[in-house]
Amino acid sequence: MDFFLKSGKLGDASSSTKSSGGSKAVKKPKLVPWVEKYRPKTIEDVVEQNEAVTVLGECIKGADLPNLLFYGPPGTGKTSTIIAAAKQLFGDLYRQRILELNASDERGIQVIREKVKTFSQLTASSVREDGKPCPSFKIVILDEADSMTYAAQAALRRTMEKETKSTRFCLICNYVSRIIPPLTSRCTKFRFKPLNECMIFERLTYICKEENVICEDVTLNKLVETSGGDMRRAITCLQSCAKLKGKGVPISIDNIIEVTGVVPDKLLIGYLEVCKTRNLQSLQNYIKEMMLEAYAGSQILEQLNEMVVNSDDYTDKQKAIIGEKLGTVAFRLLDGGSEYIQLLDLGCAIIKAHNI
Amino acid sequence: MPSNLLWADKYRPKDLSLLDYHKEQATDLKNLTQDGDFPHLLVYGPLGAGKKTRIMCLLREMFGPGVEKLKEETMSFTTPSNKKLEILALSSMYHIEINPSDVGHNDRVVIMDVIKNVAQTHQLNMSSQKDFKVIVLTDVDDLSKDAQHALRRTMEKYVANCRIILCATSISRVIPAIRSRCLCVRVPAPTEGEVIKILKNVASIENVNLTDELAKEIAVKSERNLRRALLMAEASFVNNIRQGIPKPDWEIFIQKTANVILKEQSMQSLASVRNNLYELIVNGIPSEIIFKVLLEDLLKPCDSSVGANIVEEAATYQYRSVQGNKEIFHLEAFVAKFMCHYSGLVQQMMEFF
Ligand SMILES: Nc1ncnc2c1ncn2[C@@H]1O[C@H](COP(=O)(O)OP(=O)(O)O)[C@@H](O)[C@H]1O
Ligand SMILES: [Mg+2]
Repeated sequence: MDFFLKSGKLGDASSSTKSSGGSKAVKKPKLVPWVEKYRPKTIEDVVEQNEAVTVLGECIKGADLPNLLFYGPPGTGKTSTIIAAAKQLFGDLYRQRILELNASDERGIQVIREKVKTFSQLTASSVREDGKPCPSFKIVILDEADSMTYAAQAALRRTMEKETKSTRFCLICNYVSRIIPPLTSRCTKFRFKPLNECMIFERLTYICKEENVICEDVTLNKLVETSGGDMRRAITCLQSCAKLKGKGVPISIDNIIEVTGVVPDKLLIGYLEVCKTRNLQSLQNYIKEMMLEAYAGSQILEQLNEMVVNSDDYTDKQKAIIGEKLGTVAFRLLDGGSEYIQLLDLGCAIIKAHNI
Repeated sequence: MPSNLLWADKYRPKDLSLLDYHKEQATDLKNLTQDGDFPHLLVYGPLGAGKKTRIMCLLREMFGPGVEKLKEETMSFTTPSNKKLEILALSSMYHIEINPSDVGHNDRVVIMDVIKNVAQTHQLNMSSQKDFKVIVLTDVDDLSKDAQHALRRTMEKYVANCRIILCATSISRVIPAIRSRCLCVRVPAPTEGEVIKILKNVASIENVNLTDELAKEIAVKSERNLRRALLMAEASFVNNIRQGIPKPDWEIFIQKTANVILKEQSMQSLASVRNNLYELIVNGIPSEIIFKVLLEDLLKPCDSSVGANIVEEAATYQYRSVQGNKEIFHLEAFVAKFMCHYSGLVQQMMEFF
């Protein structure tokens, strides 16, 4: 790895040794993906999520801040909101005033007790470098808090109590049920809802304009539909389509289908048809072929579910049998079950349903 | 070109424009490298579909031939509990490739260390076309959930300094939070026709005779796994085989095991099957593969209704084998269940449990 790390200077040997800090003049803007580029800079940029934005807005105007708990599905602005608010609150002092710990950091009991404690005990003044007033507290952001162990959460509870004067905590998670009640009860909770499709559409239209992407409204609508209220997914998908096809080429629905990994209906109808023949051998062969196309098992199941539920080919009882197996199989797939065997199991359940 | 390379490696295309199939995708990938602001990538597809080849071509497109000057290094890490870990890494001046699941459930430590190191020791340099480095992580579907969660925010924080290319066979096991942070590139297996074409092409460069029938047979038997197909073709040439490529030893071994099970359903038979299963595991055959191949062999003589029950058992036990840590128990339990169904002597067999 040393070889790789030390070779930071690529090519030209005469160019600045250790210049990374000093020479700001030549610094060109770093090229970052659009999700980062269009991450809200201020809380006013955050789409929806009014409750959290209002409370943070009050705080920026000088009110005190409670401990916060943000929860909700991915890509709804949880991380962006708190980071934007902190930047507005602290300006240039931002780096000294927040401690961000996420699932990639060591967050055992020891760390919570020591790192957080040391951080809390640093003194903080109530003026910024530019002379403007700012709150005299610091913020500890515990992102992805649902991946913390219960023991660490318990340790956090005590720290939270002790440091109330100098520090506010902001916990962020997808599943509030994985946070222990003593913690949730100490925080003001905000649910981040999946974003409204119109809002995502609007944001994407704006990005398209900024980046000179050509995309018709119907196409963009399809993209919004597949994102399921996840802005990150929508933006990543938009950029992927735009970059893959190159400048000036309009984005087509097919591009979107490929990038989002949507399974062609033909393949799924074929699967259901094979099940109708009740022939296990042909089912096995079909699934093997299907696997070689590399579509995600979870996606296959999601679309199959949709198809079966809306189909007139099955009675309610048959749908119930199939639905139950779909649930089991989906759960097992995410947890390491073999795609081939699980899809075969589902197929067998459909065959059984046909037999009743 | 050194001639002692295997065909599968010797004829690996090095440039995006030279890829033999999924050509449109290759063009797309080329477009992608034009600007530096593309997202992280998640490349997925079945074994031997050419994921790795595509990744290397992509890197070459971005950084030039320097990415092929590879160094192999052993990296060491220390876990929070002071355990020392070692892992093999391949790196060039521009990228580093590791397979974090080599260290089992300590994969998280490895990922975090590598990413943070790369991101922080990065130096700006205007003369290079790209001001980021690339970290290639292979077999990400085998990463622990812990490691995957650790990747989430990290992927966002350090994106200006490093891009991550993830490589997986099945993305079902990659958590949605990671998928939504990546541009997902699906690499399906080549069609039989494409495999045949490539085999014929290689054969003609090597100046060996490959009949249409043999090429077709290889394409089918390799299950459209191009790497395996090339290995088979080379082996058949070396051993002078014109038709009837033998199955791999372990597959034959599983078939024999299946025969034992089908012949006699008893405690004795179960005991000898157990030895065979052990043998397979010891030889590094993944239990998922054992389940799959065994299931196929066992289903052959079953009618659809018995078959459906057997599939259901296999699905249950294979899943459990991933949850637990002694695969042999679950394989054996499946075999015992099969014997019950197959012999129809459920009552008698229940004494097993
Ligand atoms: N409410 C929102 N308003 C504007 N952009 C958003 C919003 N939610 C998500 N985004 C976009 O999605 C990306 C990820 O948002 P983030 O706050 O990290 O989500 P998470 O809720 O998973 O923490 C951001 O970079 C931003 O571009
Ligand atoms: Mg987040």
